[in-house]
Amino acid sequence: MSIRVENIQRSFGAFKALDGVTLDFPTGELVALLGPSGCGKTTLLRIIAGLDFADSGRILLDGEDASSTHVRERKVGFVFQHYALFRHMTVFENVAFGLRVKRKGRPLDKVIRAKVTELLKLVQLDWLADRYPAQLSGGQRQRIALARALAVGPSVLLLDEPFGALDAKVRKELRRWLRRLHDELHITSIFVTHDQEEALELADRVVVMNRGKVEQVGAAEDVYSNPATPFVYEFLGAVNEFRGNVVGEGLQVGTDVIPQVGRGYGNGQQVVGFARPHELDIVVDHANTNVGVPARVNRILSFGPVARIELSRLNGGGETTEQQFEVQLPAQRLAELQLTTGQAVRLLSSRLRLFDQGSVK
Amino acid sequence: MAGVASHAFGSRAHAARFERNPAAREPAAVKWIIITVSMLFFASFLLLPLYAVFSEALRKGWQAYWEALVEPDAVASMRLTLLAAAIAVPLNLVFGIAAAWAIAKHDFRGKHVLVTLIDLPFSVSPVIAGLVYILVFGAQGWFGPWLSEHDIKIVFAVPGIILATIFVTVPFVARELIPLMEAQGREEEEAALVLGATGWQTFFRVTLPNIKWGLLYGVILCNARAMGEFGAVSVVSGHIRGQTNTMPLQVEILYNEYNFAAAFAVASLLALLALVTLVIKTVIEWRLGREPHPIGAP
Ligand SMILES: Nc1ncnc2c1ncn2[C@@H]1O[C@H](COP(=O)(O)OP(=O)(O)OP(=O)(O)O)[C@@H](O)[C@H]1O
Ligand SMILES: [Mg+2]
Repeated sequence: MSIRVENIQRSFGAFKALDGVTLDFPTGELVALLGPSGCGKTTLLRIIAGLDFADSGRILLDGEDASSTHVRERKVGFVFQHYALFRHMTVFENVAFGLRVKRKGRPLDKVIRAKVTELLKLVQLDWLADRYPAQLSGGQRQRIALARALAVGPSVLLLDEPFGALDAKVRKELRRWLRRLHDELHITSIFVTHDQEEALELADRVVVMNRGKVEQVGAAEDVYSNPATPFVYEFLGAVNEFRGNVVGEGLQVGTDVIPQVGRGYGNGQQVVGFARPHELDIVVDHANTNVGVPARVNRILSFGPVARIELSRLNGGGETTEQQFEVQLPAQRLAELQLTTGQAVRLLSSRLRLFDQGSVK
Repeated sequence: MAGVASHAFGSRAHAARFERNPAAREPAAVKWIIITVSMLFFASFLLLPLYAVFSEALRKGWQAYWEALVEPDAVASMRLTLLAAAIAVPLNLVFGIAAAWAIAKHDFRGKHVLVTLIDLPFSVSPVIAGLVYILVFGAQGWFGPWLSEHDIKIVFAVPGIILATIFVTVPFVARELIPLMEAQGREEEEAALVLGATGWQTFFRVTLPNIKWGLLYGVILCNARAMGEFGAVSVVSGHIRGQTNTMPLQVEILYNEYNFAAAFAVASLLALLALVTLVIKTVIEWRLGREPHPIGAP
């Protein structure tokens, strides 16, 4: 089933939780909703499921306006942020619930039993059928919640931060498992997270939201390497920031210049340049130059093939300032440079992305 | 009263942890003094009277005891007490669930008013409650003339007793359920809805099983109060022997007539009721404590 969300507005009192959200979720795709806490992800999912309502705007399910379709009839599988398993029912009964409450064409007990067992096998937890939810680990609850949602044969799967409370290892396992499951079943799925790594790794497409608005939609790789707004850039990973103005082809930061291709910005325009840690290079400082931004090395973390260097910006007088930088260099390059802690260096960027200063908070 | 059941378990586990920790333990002497003092206090103020009731009731022997119990007026009072409870308790059950549901799981205007109203019988003296019914339904009351025209008796008759009983028992079920339902939140119901359950199915398969022990707890407390209420019922009763006397009222009448053995015989039944209530309450608290804990809370 395809989902279209059209210009959804939702306010709680004076607070706008969703502010004109328009999105398309094509059939069979796995889409990640990504954004900081409180940006409206859960609210959007609840509106799609019919558990909440929009003040204005429409939800189209398979092209048809769903506003008069009851939650029960939307064929939605919802995995809640805190699982919401039925605490007084065994795992088996939890999964069977959706089949047992069917009023038309309720399957025979035998059929229900077979179906539930099959689902529990799918989530690899058939040995837990007689336990109660309180007796499960977080990851097990998560998978039971998913099995329960799948039992009714939903056309859409809405997953609200399914891996929220889990440790990194289990998270990773479940992530792969969910991707495999999606590849098998091809149910249109929307998946909420505020972990960018999770979104980028798992989803066909990523929707980045901020303060009730959509910031960017695109393929994971695309969103990561071509962020449309400063917010997306900052949200999707570590970032170094250079404020200054455009001078010819370079960016002037204080009295120093980062030479780079400043396309699309006129001379003298105030901009902010962003660079990821791996997009910066370090050159050893020569006093008589103003090429590169001066900084002092605070820490060198060199294990594995990539070294991380943390630096503080130096002002014109050579004193350290509050502003921090992070640079990632191949170990080989680090060896060439022979950096030491406390050394003054200059930062250059091979690839700076510029945004108007007005668009940055 | 509300929430007693839900707190009992958690604090017990907590106390044990405190107790086993030498760093947190008080000196043994302090502990035993406190325990002895409170034991003595409760024994003299609670157990002694209970013992007195039974010994007084049986003073003239089992024969007299039995005769006092099967005496027609006494039997009539028992019947009336059972009738009042049989009507008040189910009504409160339905009303209590509905009110708790509305308050705990929905937002609406006037929610605070409803909560305050439910608490009213706790904060108002039962005598006043009785007087209000007289004011409204009595011969000189607002509806008095209309009622007598249609030959309907409410005060000084069985309906008045039932109304007064309902009034004083209103808070018990609702008060027990509201904190329980609030703590459980709405997510399970929403999950049921998404899975295709109707409102009824959700209520009977998800909501009710989750609150059943709390509900039972509320119901037995409600029942104990319904059978034991004196003040409000006394005002609207009119004390017509064999007709409008409940058991507590019957006890008072017998006592005022210096018929001590009979008075204590009937009183012993009420005391027995209290004991049974206590036992059931303890069992339920124990069950509540063993309930699986709320899950998934972050
Ligand atoms: N019932 C409500 N009443 C008032 N405000 C609400 C309500 N539900 C949500 N909000 C507000 O709306 C905003 C969006 O909430 P939502 O739950 O959608 O955030 P979220 O993106 O899912 O956040 P998280 O990642 O922390 O789960 C929040 O600022 C929240 O405070
Ligand atoms: Mg959320």
